[in-house]
Amino acid sequence: MTEKRLFIIEAGRKERHYWADLWRYRELFYFLAWRDILVRYKQTALGIAWAVVRPFMTMVVFTLVFGKLAKMPSENVPYPILVFAGLLPWQLFSNGFSEAGNSLVSNANIIAKVYFPRLVVPAAAVIVSVVDYMISLAMLGALMLWFGFAPDWRILTLPLFTLMAAAAAVGAGLFTAALNVKFRDFRFIVPFAIQLGLYICPVGFSSTAVPEQWRILYSLNPIVGIIDGFRWAVLKGNADFYWPSFILSLVMIVLMLIGGITYFRRTEKAFADLI
Amino acid sequence: MTPVIEALDIGKKYRIRHQNQPRYGTLRDTIAHAVAGLSKRLLAGRQRGEPGTAPEEYEEFWALRDISFNVNPGDRLAILGRNGAGKSTLLKVLSRITEPSCGTARVKGRVASLLEVGTGFHPELTGRENIFLNGAILGMTKADIQFKFDEIVSFAGIERFLDTPVKHYSSGMYMRLAFAIAAHLEPDILVVDEVLAVGDVDFQNKCLGKMASIGEEGRTLIFVSHNISAVERLCNSAMLLSGGRIAKMSADIADVVKGYIGDAGVAEHAEWTNSGDQYESVWFKPTRFGLVDASESPAHSAVRHNEDVWVRIEGNIRQRNALLAIGIQVYAEDASLVFQSYHTDRDSQTSTLGPGEWKFMLKIPAALLNEGSYKIELVAVLFDLEWIIEPRTIAPAISLVVKGGLVHGPYWTRKRLGVVAPVLDWRCVPTSTSASPD
Repeated sequence: MTEKRLFIIEAGRKERHYWADLWRYRELFYFLAWRDILVRYKQTALGIAWAVVRPFMTMVVFTLVFGKLAKMPSENVPYPILVFAGLLPWQLFSNGFSEAGNSLVSNANIIAKVYFPRLVVPAAAVIVSVVDYMISLAMLGALMLWFGFAPDWRILTLPLFTLMAAAAAVGAGLFTAALNVKFRDFRFIVPFAIQLGLYICPVGFSSTAVPEQWRILYSLNPIVGIIDGFRWAVLKGNADFYWPSFILSLVMIVLMLIGGITYFRRTEKAFADLI
Repeated sequence: MTPVIEALDIGKKYRIRHQNQPRYGTLRDTIAHAVAGLSKRLLAGRQRGEPGTAPEEYEEFWALRDISFNVNPGDRLAILGRNGAGKSTLLKVLSRITEPSCGTARVKGRVASLLEVGTGFHPELTGRENIFLNGAILGMTKADIQFKFDEIVSFAGIERFLDTPVKHYSSGMYMRLAFAIAAHLEPDILVVDEVLAVGDVDFQNKCLGKMASIGEEGRTLIFVSHNISAVERLCNSAMLLSGGRIAKMSADIADVVKGYIGDAGVAEHAEWTNSGDQYESVWFKPTRFGLVDASESPAHSAVRHNEDVWVRIEGNIRQRNALLAIGIQVYAEDASLVFQSYHTDRDSQTSTLGPGEWKFMLKIPAALLNEGSYKIELVAVLFDLEWIIEPRTIAPAISLVVKGGLVHGPYWTRKRLGVVAPVLDWRCVPTSTSASPD
């Protein structure tokens, strides 16, 4: 007979086995993400092809509108690639953040009736965004092929920036997820913040446009560092690597993650009662 | 033998919020009140209801209090109680879904809880996909699910519909599938909450059989149910919760069940009268229901074994319906159903009742029911269609006590065992020449 674990259930008890528990429930990350992706395309005619169609159409529109019609200046990088390089990491963060924020409330039925470490739910939501991001990344690859724009060694650093964007989404998402359970206002606050964020973050423009004396302050926004880094990795030396924004970004992301996890775990016990 | 669950002084407190409405509400007052409330909330910090908020806005409600008990490995514990007694809350605390407000519980082994049938089922996904999803949510690994997949499917009996989205399943298939997955969990402690409340007889029997085999495997079972016969079949100890406290706990299941019945309010009256607008229905609305004697005067609820007793039901019908059946259900002390009887039972009496006031008289013959206390419920149904007065939930009830009157034969001097105690006709026929009556 295998040794049975002893659980002590007590008010205010710190769950010492939380991380071991998370590891035991690791497959649930996969299953919840799998469920969300599968459900999206159920009973559709195009099915899973939709996952490719949307980024593909975005790419086509960008190329036509910004590249051919508006003829925006873009040094020696095709404009669609320039915009995509900013859009991709932003979408990974913003989708991950907003989905994670709503994830607890939308999974209220299982949270109220089954035990599992609640951290799985927002994390699975971010995983779904990462999957979407991968597909869009493939579109970026197709774009670069189209324009004959081959990347150099810097592209190998892409996983690092992907990880940073996902971590930022998880960190911020855990906060809003936990808050949303008690104060449903966040259902409205988050989309609004993301809309603002699209203009504040250097998606539609390069962060070099920010005046030098404000650049450090600007880099306190962790997304800036991520997008800068992403652009640097993809655009083959046509974007400079700005160390301060990278370091600041890393620090902020770590802080957000730790803060998010701490707050989440502190409020986790009351979720089933509030939800 | 170390207990597999040790609970000590577990309590769970909820805060009930009351809307604080000003008595004369002008718009100015409402706005002022809202602003004052908002600033109070912000200043008090994130935690609503913590010290600092107006005391009259929150009421403390203890859903569980002073819960202390032990469960040994292999026990099958039933938790009984009225609705609202705290059963589901206790299960949630034991399953670690919610935290107790005070007290400690030590649980040794993995707990799997089935608090709801089909937790996490997504209607768009197929049966196959939902088996994996639900299994994963309940804590099984993918390999585990794959290993037991065929068993689960055959237990549920949905081989043909495995690849249809679950939203197209009938409710019976849905429940069979949900229970099939949970039944194969193999935890150390299985916690089951009233999932047998829905489902047809076949399903219930299948579930009971599975739970019995879990008990035989040496796992611990905690079972909340209102189904007394299931409890008696499966469990070796029972706990009665009442108002959030343990009223009774023992291995004598019959005793705890008695406490539960008493709690649930056995009817104490021999007559029931409609207080005015209860049980409104165009098909049949009961006005009076009680025991009478042969001359239609109200009878005492205690009758002797050798006496007939009549049940008189009065009511009115506003709209005729050929499917209408008025009946009674008689329950014994342990809440088991002794018999049902409907006015349409004898062919010769089946003619559709027209609108108007009606009186039904039915005789419960002498020498049928054994000595004891019974509860008689008045029920009414549109046959095979819908309940007008549903048994066990809302039906009005009166009590009947059978005592004494055992004057039949010389060897029947006191109460026999058995639910019914009929006096049957025996014919004694000698079949050999040597035998002859005295």
